[in-house]
Amino acid sequence: MLNDITFGQYYANNSFVHKMDPRAKLLILVTIIVFIFLAQNAVALSLIALLIFCGVFFSKVPLKMYLKNLKAILPILIFTLLINLFFTSNVNTQPSWSFELFLGLTITNLSLYRAFYMAARILLLIIISAELTYTTTPNDLTDAIENLLSPLKFIGLKNVVHTLAMMMTIALRFIPTLIEETQKIMNAQKARGADLESGNLIERIKALIPILIPLLISSVRRAYELAEAMECRCYNGGEGKKRMKQLKYSTNDYTAFFIVFLVCATTIAVNFIL
Amino acid sequence: MNNIIEVKNVTFEYEDGDKKDIILNDFSLNIERGSFTVILGHNGSGKSTLAKLLNGLYKPAFGEILVDGISTLDEDKELEIKSKVGLVFQNPDNQLVASIVEDDVAFGPENLGHDPLIIRKEVDEALKAVDMYEFRKSTPHRLSGGQKQRIAIAGIIAMKPDCIVLDEPTAMLDPKGRSEIISTIMKLNREYNITIVLITHFMEEAVQADRVLVMDDGKVVADSTPKNIFSNIKLLKDVGLDVPQTTELLYLLKKGGLNISTDVISIEESAKKIYDAIHLEEK
Repeated sequence: MLNDITFGQYYANNSFVHKMDPRAKLLILVTIIVFIFLAQNAVALSLIALLIFCGVFFSKVPLKMYLKNLKAILPILIFTLLINLFFTSNVNTQPSWSFELFLGLTITNLSLYRAFYMAARILLLIIISAELTYTTTPNDLTDAIENLLSPLKFIGLKNVVHTLAMMMTIALRFIPTLIEETQKIMNAQKARGADLESGNLIERIKALIPILIPLLISSVRRAYELAEAMECRCYNGGEGKKRMKQLKYSTNDYTAFFIVFLVCATTIAVNFIL
Repeated sequence: MNNIIEVKNVTFEYEDGDKKDIILNDFSLNIERGSFTVILGHNGSGKSTLAKLLNGLYKPAFGEILVDGISTLDEDKELEIKSKVGLVFQNPDNQLVASIVEDDVAFGPENLGHDPLIIRKEVDEALKAVDMYEFRKSTPHRLSGGQKQRIAIAGIIAMKPDCIVLDEPTAMLDPKGRSEIISTIMKLNREYNITIVLITHFMEEAVQADRVLVMDDGKVVADSTPKNIFSNIKLLKDVGLDVPQTTELLYLLKKGGLNISTDVISIEESAKKIYDAIHLEEK
């Protein structure tokens, strides 16, 4: 279990999307999410969908991976579909046809349209977010977030941005270490006769206490040692710090920005026309 | 100035409620530039405290410590001192900050505000110095203990220190990791001319040092070459150090009347010594 932890779900490859600047990817993700909600009709939404599928194609991540991701949200998807199918109120327009199932549940052409529209939105949201995590390492994402938030320092939040990024970096670094430690403590407690797997819910939660307390104590000790080690490496809260890896937008990023801009502009136009 | 570090009449104490716990009392020590010094001592002999005093992580209550002529009490020079004297700790896991090897090694120079291109160069050189260059894109949790500790050392070397103080760097490692670290330290001392202060309770690691200090109860009880120290088995046992089995054997043989010196450590050498001594006896 420990050896195959994949952070986030990065899929190592060397595609166009992988090579893009993480900031560009993050900005595009946010833009597209906004436009998924701004699209007011099927044509506009299919434009966005086309853009997203192009992205998926250029990411060179196997479709299987995306499908795996979708499987996890299938229940939510079906739920949304059904709710919209049966409970869409048709106040403004009269449906051109309707079909009564049972118990007064009716499907109309409008509710059918709306149900699929909503489901498509959720699908697109999941796909585009997955694409970011498949093509960007958590470290790159951290750098991107730090960089994009850096204007906040002009409004007196200088330390906040740096501290946030440092916290994320350290958290990512220590997740595997702490998982390993938890495993060790669990084994140690099992060897002492702790029963972690049987009993009702409350008993099981109680059984976690002898695992959580040693874990907490050792984490505090680790934190203390790490702080000393960081001090020894001249850390003083990020003042005057320079990064080795400087983020740089490349032609790829500008191309992607341009395409996304075109699609978004068209979406707005379509919204008005139709 | 030939001493990189001068410890002058330093007293250090922990305050534990009302009672004061004096760790070091009127302690003095000079570390010569380019030397390889080993400090031996059992737990609680004050050796870890000494390590943290040397780069200004702890401040002395009385006396002062000069690093390259700068007092560690000088708050404006704090970063300068910490980049001159690097400190490596026992547990490699708790020293690594980033989840990619090269990013971690870059942490020190980044904090010092070096130029990105220079940082890149410093990181590559540091990783090559500890033979971990091919692992630069790897993540620490996939590496062995010895490899992680070498990354921690690289993180210090990247700051271009004059001196590295290692506080029991091998205590948590297996024998393979331990020998990796010791050969790395030797290489840094001999090839890169970095002053090394190695704090340990493994006597075997002191063999190749220029100078060995034995500490007990906050004091230096012996200060000499490895050969001299190792022949004084009684002293080492008195301060509670684990004497290597080979040395112990030679010591007992000598006590039993065999004409043999006790200053060797490696198994092969000891075997040869014993063989020779027995042959001599027979003649």
